[in-house]
Amino acid sequence: MNAIIALSLFGISNLFLGFLNNRKILLPATLVFILIALGLNFADWNHEYYWFNNMLKTNNLSVNFVTIILLSTFLVVAISRSFGDDDEHSHPAEYYAILLFSAVGAIMMVTFENLIMLFVGLEILSVSMYVLTGSDKRSLRSNEAALKYFLMGSFATGILLFGVALVYGATSSFDIHGIAQGVAKAKEQMGGAYGPLLYSGVILIMVGLLFKISAAPFHFWTPDVYDGAPSIFTAFMSTVVKTAGVAATYRILSISFPSVYGLWGNPLVYIVCATLIIGNITAVYQQSFKRMLAYSSISHAGYLLITVLAKRPETNSSLLFYSLAYAIATITAFAVLMVVSEAQAKNGKADESFEALNGLANNNPLLAFSLTISMLSLAGIPLTAGFFGKFFVFSDAFSNPSSLFKWILVIAILMSTVGIYYYFKPIIAAYMKKGEVAKIELSPLYKFILILTTTLTILLGLAPDLVKNIF
Amino acid sequence: MLTLSLILLPIIAGLITLAIKGETAKTVALVFAFAELALGAYLYKSFVPDATSQFGLSYDWIHSAGIKFSVGVDGISLILVFLTTLMVPFIILSTFGNNYKNASNLYALILFMQAALVGVFTAKDVFLFYFFFEAALIPIYFIAAIWGGENRIKVTFKFFVYTIFGSLFMLLALVYLYLLTPGTHSADINAIYEAAKALDLSTQSYLFGAFFIAFAIKMPLFPFHTWQPDTYVEAPTAGTMLLSGIMLKMGVYGLIRFILPIVPLGVDQWGFVAIILSVIGIIYGSVIAIQQKDMKRLIAYSSFAHVGLMSAGIFSRNLEGIQGSLIQMLAHGINVVGLFFIVEIIERRAKSRELSLLGGITQTTPNLTVYFIILMLGSVALPLTNGFVGEFLLLKGVYEYNAWIGAVAGLTIILGAVYMLRMVQKSMFGITSKITEGFTDLTFNEKAVLFPLSFLVIALGIAPNIFLKLTEPAVSQLLSIIK
Repeated sequence: MNAIIALSLFGISNLFLGFLNNRKILLPATLVFILIALGLNFADWNHEYYWFNNMLKTNNLSVNFVTIILLSTFLVVAISRSFGDDDEHSHPAEYYAILLFSAVGAIMMVTFENLIMLFVGLEILSVSMYVLTGSDKRSLRSNEAALKYFLMGSFATGILLFGVALVYGATSSFDIHGIAQGVAKAKEQMGGAYGPLLYSGVILIMVGLLFKISAAPFHFWTPDVYDGAPSIFTAFMSTVVKTAGVAATYRILSISFPSVYGLWGNPLVYIVCATLIIGNITAVYQQSFKRMLAYSSISHAGYLLITVLAKRPETNSSLLFYSLAYAIATITAFAVLMVVSEAQAKNGKADESFEALNGLANNNPLLAFSLTISMLSLAGIPLTAGFFGKFFVFSDAFSNPSSLFKWILVIAILMSTVGIYYYFKPIIAAYMKKGEVAKIELSPLYKFILILTTTLTILLGLAPDLVKNIF
Repeated sequence: MLTLSLILLPIIAGLITLAIKGETAKTVALVFAFAELALGAYLYKSFVPDATSQFGLSYDWIHSAGIKFSVGVDGISLILVFLTTLMVPFIILSTFGNNYKNASNLYALILFMQAALVGVFTAKDVFLFYFFFEAALIPIYFIAAIWGGENRIKVTFKFFVYTIFGSLFMLLALVYLYLLTPGTHSADINAIYEAAKALDLSTQSYLFGAFFIAFAIKMPLFPFHTWQPDTYVEAPTAGTMLLSGIMLKMGVYGLIRFILPIVPLGVDQWGFVAIILSVIGIIYGSVIAIQQKDMKRLIAYSSFAHVGLMSAGIFSRNLEGIQGSLIQMLAHGINVVGLFFIVEIIERRAKSRELSLLGGITQTTPNLTVYFIILMLGSVALPLTNGFVGEFLLLKGVYEYNAWIGAVAGLTIILGAVYMLRMVQKSMFGITSKITEGFTDLTFNEKAVLFPLSFLVIALGIAPNIFLKLTEPAVSQLLSIIK
């Protein structure tokens, strides 16, 4: 848990590094910072510690989640290319610092033991993201996205806070284990029923968190914000924020409210189905690759929630595996999108449509190949990590005795097929459509990251046990 | 170890081919494919004809879930592994007359495809089977979509989505069965057989549906065939050969390996419907084949008709039917690869596959004519050719199941003769047309493909027993599980 302290300090030192004239040092310094934090995180392995007066708790599950979060942050920072050479308008030191701060928020969201910490973590993460979304100051879309995200996001946080207050009223505790006891006691007093206070509290907390992971029907902000934000921060948002959000949702539902499964399980069934259907079907109609990835992130929230809903002993490891596979593939896709859209820029504006990818494979085999593998992984095709992610999620759902899951699975299967439809658009564009993309020069680090993520995706697709044993 | 080498060799070969640029890639691919064939022949030779699974090998794959990388070869697998190793060298050799862009990628994909196909036919763990079943789709998709014809993008995409859609239902069925296995679960095929015994009729019916959709799309059976003619026509000939020669056998193999033993009650209930669909496919495919103008499309429909008969034979669930389908898979693989190659040869010279534009080729091409007619007769199932043995056994099997259905299915022999003879007559005989003037006879490379294939057509027709006796114990055992 020293990772939190370390990352905060590193964030501040990053700000000071920004005063140096040599900006080149920022990127390697930030990468080293993240690696140090990752190392500190592993120190908590195989121990159960309470931190800061029982406000946070680390165990193996949280260490694994933090690893995924820090790994995603590392990859995103590595493909940031120091935020370009635009000296006047870009502030790399601040951006890196904010990314580190938001990682702190994300870590708090997966280790919280007290709902106050959940709220603080969520706010750290969200406020950082509002700023980063609007960081492309001169772009109208970026500004609009930031404003939209801020308004809707703060509203959702408010709802969450309201839910926390109501749950406190029902159980007189902020502690997640304390709440579990309080819920049991309240249930006993009410003769098995639960009062309106608890009911609305749980639902409001759920809504606040589901907003962050953009589950339908709380997803309306996602496409605009993902589309408007600079791609590098969209990559961060769709991986780190999503992972942290799902982990937090899972943590609170499985620890505090397992005894009132019906209360949150029933609405979640509809939310999962709606998320799968809306995310996938809408993605089909997108013309822009970036917007398609936004809808794809909605649909993956649906798959992740299936296993939260299934509530099996295996849910931990399935959730981790799926998040990891999803994060790696998404970052690869964004890495390709960023360089290609800039190379294909028209009138100084990056071209993020599918057409920009036309003929990519001719001169840029590495980019095209990485793109293909990441799309196959997101679509859940065997040989890639995404297949096993889906496989584990589906087996969890199947092993839940309720027959309801069979129908959820049928929807999930149908939607996976729809998914193939849009995930193949970039592949078709890159390999089969006629077009010209000039050879794009990649820095060695960028190339390394692409090769690394692509190899990882294939490796996890061939031997999921490599990480599944750890989870 | 042998089985593992059969899977690994093409993968390694593919990676090596990928690294080689230019013309040498095809030679390297060919050498490796022949090396694989040598392994396949060795496998065939050292196989002991009994019902056991041989050359077995098992590693932990996903330990926590009890999923193993477990492969082995029994009589049923043997014939298909042999077919795969036998066909790929000829498929590679058949491309030697063409110049492909980024040829090394094409050859690498063909070899990767081969690895996945061998994997499908040898997997003894159901999830490993599924893994290879899907993995085989990726190379063939890219082969067809990158090197294919005019409408390739749309057509191959439909093919891809269609087949994945079907197999996802199979995945659901497999996960369901896997969770029924006792203890910490096992995905071994025998454990699945064991667990499935307890299922009641309604569950079996659902499972039957899930498996049937997957395999019926893959083969394809009527009415799931709409992807097939277009894909066969648009794919480059090597891709078409892989699809029709080997890949459709994955579906047939799935019927034998999964549907029959896992859901016997489901087959009792729904097998009749499946047979009716198969027979509709036979008649429908044949009738459409008779009217085709494009040679490649004609053979595509003939392939659709043939696979219908195989499936009908399997669902009749007797020794003749299943044995017939196995030998017919081998024979059909050989014939259809040969016929598609002949179409390719004609197209290379005449730049067209239209029957109405061709004609009079025999004047200058004695060699081509002889090979074409041998392969055609094999496909028509003339006695003493390989097609005869399979079709005879299949029809006998279907006839035993139901005489009326057998009689209707028997029309395949007549209809097959009609469309095949029509194709040969229109393309080869008659008056020389503008585009067939100066048609040259076969080159050495082309002969190197057609001679062995034609030889096999006759050899298998005369001595089918060399294969039948290898598969019989495994098939008998399978039937004893069902009964």
